[in-house]
Amino acid sequence: MIELRHIRKEFRVAKRGSGFGQAVKALFHKEYETIHALQDVSFTIGDGEMVGYIGPNGAGKSSTIKIMSGILTPDGGTCRINGRVPWKERTAHVREIGVVFGQRSQLWWDVPAADSFDLIRDIYRIEDDAYRRTLARLTELLDLGELLKTPVRQLSLGQRMRCEIAASLLHSPKILFLDEPTIGLDAVSKIAVRDFIRAINRENGTTVILTTHDMQDIEALTERVLLIGRGRILLDGSLSDLKARHSTRRTIRVAYEGDRLPPFEQMKILKDRDGHAEITIDTAVLPVQEAISLLAAKTELRDLSVSEETVEELVVSLYQEFAI
Amino acid sequence: MRQYGSFFRIRFLAGLQYRAAAWAGVSTQFAWGGLTLLLYAAFHRSGSANFPMTFSQLSSYIWLQQALLALFMSWYFDNEILESVSTGGVAYELCRPCDLYAMWFVKNLAVRLSRTSLRCAPILLVASFLPAPFRLSAPAGWEAALLFPISLALGLLVIVSFSMLIYISSFYTISTLGIRLLSSSVVEFFSGAVIPLPFFPEQLQAVINVLPFASIQSTPFLIYTGHLAGRQALQSVAVQLLWLAGLLVLGRALMGRALKKVVVQGG
Repeated sequence: MIELRHIRKEFRVAKRGSGFGQAVKALFHKEYETIHALQDVSFTIGDGEMVGYIGPNGAGKSSTIKIMSGILTPDGGTCRINGRVPWKERTAHVREIGVVFGQRSQLWWDVPAADSFDLIRDIYRIEDDAYRRTLARLTELLDLGELLKTPVRQLSLGQRMRCEIAASLLHSPKILFLDEPTIGLDAVSKIAVRDFIRAINRENGTTVILTTHDMQDIEALTERVLLIGRGRILLDGSLSDLKARHSTRRTIRVAYEGDRLPPFEQMKILKDRDGHAEITIDTAVLPVQEAISLLAAKTELRDLSVSEETVEELVVSLYQEFAI
Repeated sequence: MRQYGSFFRIRFLAGLQYRAAAWAGVSTQFAWGGLTLLLYAAFHRSGSANFPMTFSQLSSYIWLQQALLALFMSWYFDNEILESVSTGGVAYELCRPCDLYAMWFVKNLAVRLSRTSLRCAPILLVASFLPAPFRLSAPAGWEAALLFPISLALGLLVIVSFSMLIYISSFYTISTLGIRLLSSSVVEFFSGAVIPLPFFPEQLQAVINVLPFASIQSTPFLIYTGHLAGRQALQSVAVQLLWLAGLLVLGRALMGRALKKVVVQGG
């Protein structure tokens, strides 16, 4: 059970303009700007849930993950995870969580991953039997096999990420935080990682919290989505709710003769360049066929396609809706 | 404790891989020790009255210093630790159920011990068979033989707990290069690594003896050679203990404060 109430975190960032004069000035007088990374974040996540935590860069996703994993102390608010305050009872807390930071590595560069795994076994004092069982299962699910014997520096990014995820699960944590686990992976590795996360969640009942920019991750994995922007939770609901809410939206892509489209009422022009435009409409207000005839009347159309919104576009339109 | 044992083991074994570096180190230390002794021999011939210790005591001091250089090196800092703080990789270490201070401490101990264990034996062995005033003599007496290993261990712990302060400072500054350079020159000079402390002017010695730096290599080496004996030797070991306790408390407090304010950089 994860419970966050009114979590707040601020950072002070030193600011200076570019150039020599500004640099000299900064020697004597530093100007700071306070960044409100998290303003008021509250949510509850039950055991065994799989939650997608999304938001644009700088929205506060990583800060929230760091607070929940006990690395960062918030400036205000309360957070209890399985009854503990992460940053106060860090050692006890981290025994029960696994963390994967997609942009960092916990494996030793120069030695095979198996050596790093052995060290992790000792750190968490995992019983030999349990360790062997978990490792065998992870090896099978993630297809590690030979990878474990290769020095980490010789692994590809996808192979390394599979080892990283295995490393975070050796101690069978109850909660798994994944901070952009599929960043930079190719399609095959992404699918392998997703399948694995699903399996772990289903079979072990591990609670999974996933931050990502990859909307396919969200679509493939999570039932529930938390949208954060400007340090606040903007939306908390299931993916299907979200889709239903925006199901009346259609995207129309057109190619036409001429420079720019004239403005239309009830049509939102997202992109318009060199005779190609992307428009969204809400079919509840403006049916598709009317939109097309409006477009046809004002421009000389060469090509046209209508599509439902993808999750990605859904998120972009959410960002726009909340102006973040 | 088992987890810290594994850290130690892995680091120790990793350190043993660098054999070529060890041989290069051994030959450098021989050349350096030899040159230093020749230099002091020249001083000694021109006026032995000013010497604070006998020449054979000095020889033992120099050879111990050269053999155990890696144990007390003031310029050694673990790049992995410094990098983990500046790049934010420390986030992973903070997600482990271990004490970060203890983890870093053990890593440093292991590197120093593994480097020393590769280097010290050939130097100690050859230095014991050199001609009379230039050789490494046996400990000054049974008291010295007993107290030396204790004082040596304390000296190692003092230098590691001192370097912990530098590691912790990396949480506060972007680059620790300046602090590292400054601290290693200060430690080098005041710990008796350049000139043995008894050669310093007496007023200065009085100051240095209460600083933590004398508790690193000077105390054990002077106990071995018998320059510090009886009450004085015990007092020096007590000072070592005091400094060790002080540095540990200070380091832990600073670490606790740093971790409360830590901002993990980059995403």
